[in-house]
Amino acid sequence: MAIDKATVLRIAQLARIEVKDEALDELAGELNGILAWVEQLGEVDTEGVAPMTSVVEVKLPRRDDHVSDGGRRDDILANAPEAEDGFFVVPKVIE
Amino acid sequence: MSALTDLTLAEARAGLDKREYSAVELTRAHIAAVEAARPLNAVVAETFDRALAGAAASDQRLGAGEAGLLEGVPLGIKDLFCTEGVRSQACSHILDGFKPTYESTVTRKLWAAGALMIGKTNMDEFAMGSSNMTSHEGPAINPWRRSGDNRQLVPGGSSGGSAAAVAARLCLGATGTDTGGSIRQPAAFCGLVGLKPTYGRCSRWGIIAFASSLDQAGPLTRTVRDAALMLRAMAGHDAKDSTSVDTPVPDYAAALGQGVKGMRIGIPAEYRVDGMPDEIEALWRKGADWLKAAGAEPVEITLPHTKYALPTYYIVAPAEASSNLARYDGVRYGLRLKGEDLRDMYAKTRAAGFGQEVRRRVLIGTYVLSAGYYDAYYLQAQKVRSVIARDFKQAFESVDLVLTPTAPSAAFAIGEKMDDPIAMYLNDVFTVPASLAGLPAISVPAGLSADGLPLGLHLIGKPFDEETVLRAAETLEEAAAFRAKPAWLEDGGAP
Repeated sequence: MAIDKATVLRIAQLARIEVKDEALDELAGELNGILAWVEQLGEVDTEGVAPMTSVVEVKLPRRDDHVSDGGRRDDILANAPEAEDGFFVVPKVIE
Repeated sequence: MSALTDLTLAEARAGLDKREYSAVELTRAHIAAVEAARPLNAVVAETFDRALAGAAASDQRLGAGEAGLLEGVPLGIKDLFCTEGVRSQACSHILDGFKPTYESTVTRKLWAAGALMIGKTNMDEFAMGSSNMTSHEGPAINPWRRSGDNRQLVPGGSSGGSAAAVAARLCLGATGTDTGGSIRQPAAFCGLVGLKPTYGRCSRWGIIAFASSLDQAGPLTRTVRDAALMLRAMAGHDAKDSTSVDTPVPDYAAALGQGVKGMRIGIPAEYRVDGMPDEIEALWRKGADWLKAAGAEPVEITLPHTKYALPTYYIVAPAEASSNLARYDGVRYGLRLKGEDLRDMYAKTRAAGFGQEVRRRVLIGTYVLSAGYYDAYYLQAQKVRSVIARDFKQAFESVDLVLTPTAPSAAFAIGEKMDDPIAMYLNDVFTVPASLAGLPAISVPAGLSADGLPLGLHLIGKPFDEETVLRAAETLEEAAAFRAKPAWLEDGGAP
């Protein structure tokens, strides 16, 4: 399952990370190196083994469905690179 | 170097109780040490005013007989912990200027116990690394140096700044986080005790997430007793972290002093990896002999799937990271670069904001979770993770603890192992399996390499049995009688 330049570009787009064309070859090489190394997991017989979902054997706790926190608009906006009138500001997305 | 900074945390607490010195004096001594140690780059934000104000309040409480468990104790806090009003940037460019409006549960508990924050400590970016070399703030420097060799060494990682700070006597202890070895490996590299508790023992709320199914906070200290004290203050159930476990927090220090008589100590054959230096193998044997001399019984055990732990980790952790780091979008906090449109803004911000290793792991994680590859990589890794956990469960039917080396080498020089990511990943070959199985584990300084650098021994325990881990760690600590000190303390880094 070797990764080519087109695949690196597709992954980078999925991950929303800009990758310059000239960096694609090197990245493909690095990712292939790591993937070739993790391929060995295919050797392990996992027939009938459940994938791990929780490392500690506990029942997921439940709580009452009520509002326990909130009303912190200014706290939430405090670190925004750009905020206005109580909203985050992003580049225009709808013409 | 003043004597106050050379105290252990437990000694400092006792001295404060007896009013031999004030919390303000203790804090001032550590502030002076931090100032003198700026070349080590261990501390990325100094919070001296806050520490001094806290120390004055601690002195009042000490005077009123209302002192907490860690009253007046200056600590370093890894930059991964959100601390209200104080930079919390995971040493990443993408979190430039981030000052949380809330406090992580673990640090809140430490302050409630009377502890003081002297500064935020350096770390690998988003805790991804084993050398502190991936930090946006530049590397932290290990206060240790090889004998007769002035090259600067890495403190390990990702909690490298915390380890360098405690080893250089800039604070009495520090918080770390451990995802695959990020407390234990830097502890070994810097001659410290580093404890990763059971997954679920400490709340993850307010700790910037790397790989949520693995991340766990723990202490880095100079003694086992200090680790016991800090863990007691840090641990406990938190409704804000659904994976934190609601079991009582024992008085860990009370478990000390009981020795290891009658314990069975597993020595796993699979940890004898190719190319392991003889001195590490010899130290491991010595560790088993020490425990035997103290009345424990070393027994050979098998953990058959050990060699698959690292590749499993390098699927699971990047997968979770790619999801956790999706939140850094240039909208809510930190860095934002201009783009042609929203999507372009995301891509440019994330390309500029994440360093090379973080980008690499986010891409790997995105790939192994993507359509068509999920089953072959991620699902298979989650199954192998179950198999690795089962190996430990079976081993713990016949032993109380597992003993291994902490890392396959001593600290390496800055710039070494940087060319090949997998060579760097191998640092965590002995620590990752316990992380995957969620088990408590500790590194104890146990000896010096031929060139004078600390080496650690590693004990892995049963879930929520930190008390047994600490008891045996204390036995190793007593037997090893590790008294060596980093070169920094002798000459202040002058070549």
